[in-house]
Amino acid sequence: MADYNRPLPTATPETRHFWEGTQNGELRLQRCTACKESYFPPRPFCPVCGSRAVEVYKASGKATLYSYVINHRPRPDFGTEPHSIAVVTLAEGPRMMTNIVDCPQTPEALALDMPLEVTFEKASDEISLPKFRPAKKA
Amino acid sequence: MKQKTIAVVGAAETTEMGKIPDTSQLMLHADAALNAMKDAGLTAKDIDGIATAGDSPVEVAHYLGITPTWVDGTSVGGCSFMLHVRHAAAAINEGLCNTVLITHAESGRSRVGARRFSRDPASQSGQFEVPFGITSPPTMFTIPALRYMKQYGVTEEDLAHVAVVQREWAAQNPRASFRDPITVDDVLNSKMIAWPFRMLMCCLVTDGGGALILTSAERAKDFPQKPVYILGTGESCETPMISQMEDFTSSKAFRVSGKKAFGEAGIKHADVDHLMIYDAFAHLPVYGLEDLGFCDKGEGAAFIRDGHTRPGGRLPLNTNGGGLSYMHSGMYGMYALQESVRQMRGIAPAQVPNAKISIAHGVGGMFAASGTIVFSNEAP
Repeated sequence: MADYNRPLPTATPETRHFWEGTQNGELRLQRCTACKESYFPPRPFCPVCGSRAVEVYKASGKATLYSYVINHRPRPDFGTEPHSIAVVTLAEGPRMMTNIVDCPQTPEALALDMPLEVTFEKASDEISLPKFRPAKKA
Repeated sequence: MKQKTIAVVGAAETTEMGKIPDTSQLMLHADAALNAMKDAGLTAKDIDGIATAGDSPVEVAHYLGITPTWVDGTSVGGCSFMLHVRHAAAAINEGLCNTVLITHAESGRSRVGARRFSRDPASQSGQFEVPFGITSPPTMFTIPALRYMKQYGVTEEDLAHVAVVQREWAAQNPRASFRDPITVDDVLNSKMIAWPFRMLMCCLVTDGGGALILTSAERAKDFPQKPVYILGTGESCETPMISQMEDFTSSKAFRVSGKKAFGEAGIKHADVDHLMIYDAFAHLPVYGLEDLGFCDKGEGAAFIRDGHTRPGGRLPLNTNGGGLSYMHSGMYGMYALQESVRQMRGIAPAQVPNAKISIAHGVGGMFAASGTIVFSNEAP
């Protein structure tokens, strides 16, 4: 377990399936059974058509790098080394914030649109955070 | 709203700005309010509408001795004061009140009696953004920029130009925090904050405040200052999470708010003599120029780099020096409004000659919300 003194999420009834998923090594999204739209963050209704007929499913974990910064300001909770804060586009459509890991935290190593795959970082007994790393070549 | 039915009749900033360690945030509200009431020739007894953001309007009203018949605590970030102007105009036109005081104050730097900034770990942002390290604006507001830069071939040098041009304006303003000229190299050699953003591409953190007083255009003629009329207004919001913006190269809230304001005002872009775009970071004016329709998509950075917004250019932008060089106590929208009012009164330190129409466009949160006010100094 990484040295976690960082702010961690508190699940709500509407998001519990997501955080239970990451604990079990699954990235769980929701989609509307009426209009088929996948969406994130979690909520028990479709943000596009308003239907409450939605289902949770396991996403592929594949994504591409949409945009990011490399934070250079030392922080008591994130350490002094520069680190990425990124937004990725999931293969299923929605975007989410994350950190890109397992690669140098440099502009050269972090090319926009590069293929990524999800990995889970255990932060506490209750919380594992979804992070993304460069996709392994198929 | 109906054009020119409402006017700004009082406007002032805090007596001091920058570093004010001997004054609490609440007193900064009062200082700005007392200055604005003096400017308008009014006392607290004359005010019957109150609005502020961040802090409670109840707190400000009670501290000043105001008993309002209209209260607005809309708090959607730094553009809240644009929304207050819009709401106040509607309220005055509806007869809910006659004379509205809008205040902003923040002990942003000294943190004397200031609010604590925190996000609930069970909020959407607390669950899905904060754990990845975005607890402050420099690592949050900046995230979309790289996508914009790649899509339109915009460079770090282009972003640096924004800061350089605004420093040119600040050099003319005795109250600006930073007035010494800077070069593109200075910006690109300043401390790295969150790549691709350097220190000089990020706004200041200061103490200060400002206040506006609005009343009907009919009454405005009887006040000591030259009235500044509200020609059009807009507001909107998009998302509390920057990761959930529809498009990282454009703000939906900007587009909706801007379009509404232009529509109400019944003006064309060529009619605008002076423009303020809330510049928390160097990419904001670029997004603003495009989303308000002054430039085509992808052209905003070149427009600034080519000198069109600098002193002597055809679209003077952020003429007080902006959040990058003038001041930024936390919710800068009030200072953008103040500069528009000064320009319309003809008393700005870097006055745009013969300016008749000014727009102040604000952002709230990190592209979360927006408000736009179109001002005119020509009587209805």
